[in-house]
Amino acid sequence: MSAPTLMKPTAPAQPATLSSAGAVKLVAAREVKVRLRDKSFIFSSIFLLLIVAAATILPSLFGGGATTVAALGPQAQQAAVAAGAEVTSVDSVEAAQALVRSGDVEAALVPDTTGASPLGVQIVALEEAPSDLVSAMSVASPVQLLAPTGIDPALAFLVPFAFAMVFFMTTLTFGLSIAQSVVEEKQTRVVELLVASIPIRALLAGKVLGNTVLAMGQIVLLAVVALLGLQVSGASELFTAEVMTKIGTALAWFIPFFLAGFLLLAGLWAVAGALVSRQEDLGSSTMPIQFLVMLPFFGVIYSGGSGIFLTVLSYLPFGAPVAMPVRMFNGDTAVWEPLVALALVIATAIGCILLASRLYQGSLLRTNGRTSIKQAWSTRS
Amino acid sequence: MLEINSVSRRFGDRLVLDEVSFTVGPGRMTGFVGANGAGKTTAMRIILGVLAADSGSVVWRGQPISQSVRQRFGYMPEERGLYPKMKVAEHIVYLGRLHGLDAGRAKKNTAALLEELNLAERANDTLESLSLGNQQRAQIAAALVHDPELLILDEPFSGLDPMAVDVVVSTLRDRAATGVPVLFSSHQLDVVERLCDDVVIIADGQIRVAGEREALRQQHSRYQFKITVDADAGWVRDLPQVKVLDVDGPHAVVELLSPDQDQWLLQQALSRGPVRQFDPVIPKLAQIFREVVR
Repeated sequence: MSAPTLMKPTAPAQPATLSSAGAVKLVAAREVKVRLRDKSFIFSSIFLLLIVAAATILPSLFGGGATTVAALGPQAQQAAVAAGAEVTSVDSVEAAQALVRSGDVEAALVPDTTGASPLGVQIVALEEAPSDLVSAMSVASPVQLLAPTGIDPALAFLVPFAFAMVFFMTTLTFGLSIAQSVVEEKQTRVVELLVASIPIRALLAGKVLGNTVLAMGQIVLLAVVALLGLQVSGASELFTAEVMTKIGTALAWFIPFFLAGFLLLAGLWAVAGALVSRQEDLGSSTMPIQFLVMLPFFGVIYSGGSGIFLTVLSYLPFGAPVAMPVRMFNGDTAVWEPLVALALVIATAIGCILLASRLYQGSLLRTNGRTSIKQAWSTRS
Repeated sequence: MLEINSVSRRFGDRLVLDEVSFTVGPGRMTGFVGANGAGKTTAMRIILGVLAADSGSVVWRGQPISQSVRQRFGYMPEERGLYPKMKVAEHIVYLGRLHGLDAGRAKKNTAALLEELNLAERANDTLESLSLGNQQRAQIAAALVHDPELLILDEPFSGLDPMAVDVVVSTLRDRAATGVPVLFSSHQLDVVERLCDDVVIIADGQIRVAGEREALRQQHSRYQFKITVDADAGWVRDLPQVKVLDVDGPHAVVELLSPDQDQWLLQQALSRGPVRQFDPVIPKLAQIFREVVR
């Protein structure tokens, strides 16, 4: 074709056809491409990765290193060494106090004058009692655990919180992105051109697929960074080998749960977008879905990582993606439980997507103002 | 050939299309004319499958239209719009691929079209950075990128500057010349008159007139004649069986009661002096439109 006469199509036009699957792929690829080019998206993703890396690596850095202690007298020196501290010998109480005041040492051990210490040593510190030193020098009563979990209470809170947070942020980010992308097409009217060339369902499926790929990509990346971070910081007091295995298992289950949970909501996000015709109205139409996203977040945090409430939540389709992995982390699930919960989420997701498909088709071409769900349900294209 | 057979469509209580039937022949530029709300856009959306008809059928080359066939149609919706943040060439390629072109051909067609529409140097700019006129050209490229077998254009000339109208007109003519049926709606009756081979006039959801433009004009002419003589033409008022429509100095427009009176009228004029002009008045599309829509 040469430039001036190029409008004349070459001989019998080749029958060009695109299957629905092909259309889905094209739409999904565009969604991904547009998103990956969005600078604010890239920055926020990198930021999130940095937070995860920091959260897994930094505690071991801060927690590491022996406590520095000034010791006066042989008894104190013995006790300090026994407590695993780095010891500086001093020859007077005043010298010990001076080192503590200047911050050169975290605490000082001096001969006890109160007579209350079984070791005959008194701890001198600046503002607050150095808890690790105190506990190292205390005589603990024997403890018998009837149901040992091997999990530090701090972790028992932090890990569920992290799962809930990641699910909440990621589903919200990519869910909103589906809704925005739908509204953009309505608002700019490009939608009419799209539905004149491909089936509406292919458009919906492509959008959901594209954003699911992005969301899963982010989750997998976060999981990898988290596991690497734990590896780097090595097994420590907090992250024992046993705990790491549990986190690994929970993460491995979290990924399929996340996928199903995201799909469950994805269609609904698209409908929320299709019901309105301007970005400004998205806030109100996405409100119910935002609530559905917050439910597992606050539910899991409220439950404190265990209890009957969490068990119930772990079977509710909207709560399961977070609640079930958290229960698995805490180790109180039978083998069949995650499978049943996952099946429930998947079944609900299929139902939701079918429902969304109809509502989406019924509202997509109504480009004036808001469409009610009832109108969307009963509108034929 | 595209055939629309007795298509009806309701929106709620309102009957927007009432047994609409017309055809668009291969290689014919067909103008689709009607007032706002007459049903043009609804009819076009039904042809494209964007809307469903309540009853009636749309037939392309003797077959009902399937998704894979529809993919080869080219469409320019009345409500224009493309992704504002996409680059022009990338966008046209994307639409070409949605219409079934492979990547290579989509790129080739896009480059050629942008060249043709004088948009080549803006190929890598985002759509939102283009002027309104250039956005319209991009929209036309979007309708043509896949070498469509049928073109449906809703108000393709609205928002175009006169230069762009010429570019688009020649582009559409070229397409029609290769046998592609072109259906386009327009408010600008002079453009329709200049461009189309066939005319379809719709009012209140009903087809009032459909057919070849020239035949329609002949059909709607009423034995009217324009006479120019040297002196004052006021004498026509004294003729029997002649309806005088206008007299202005040496010019007169009259309507005869039957077609065979024209020679008699000419003789009457010649008997009063030299005749400089004696023309049958063929109505313009705008006149026919006003007449049939009333």
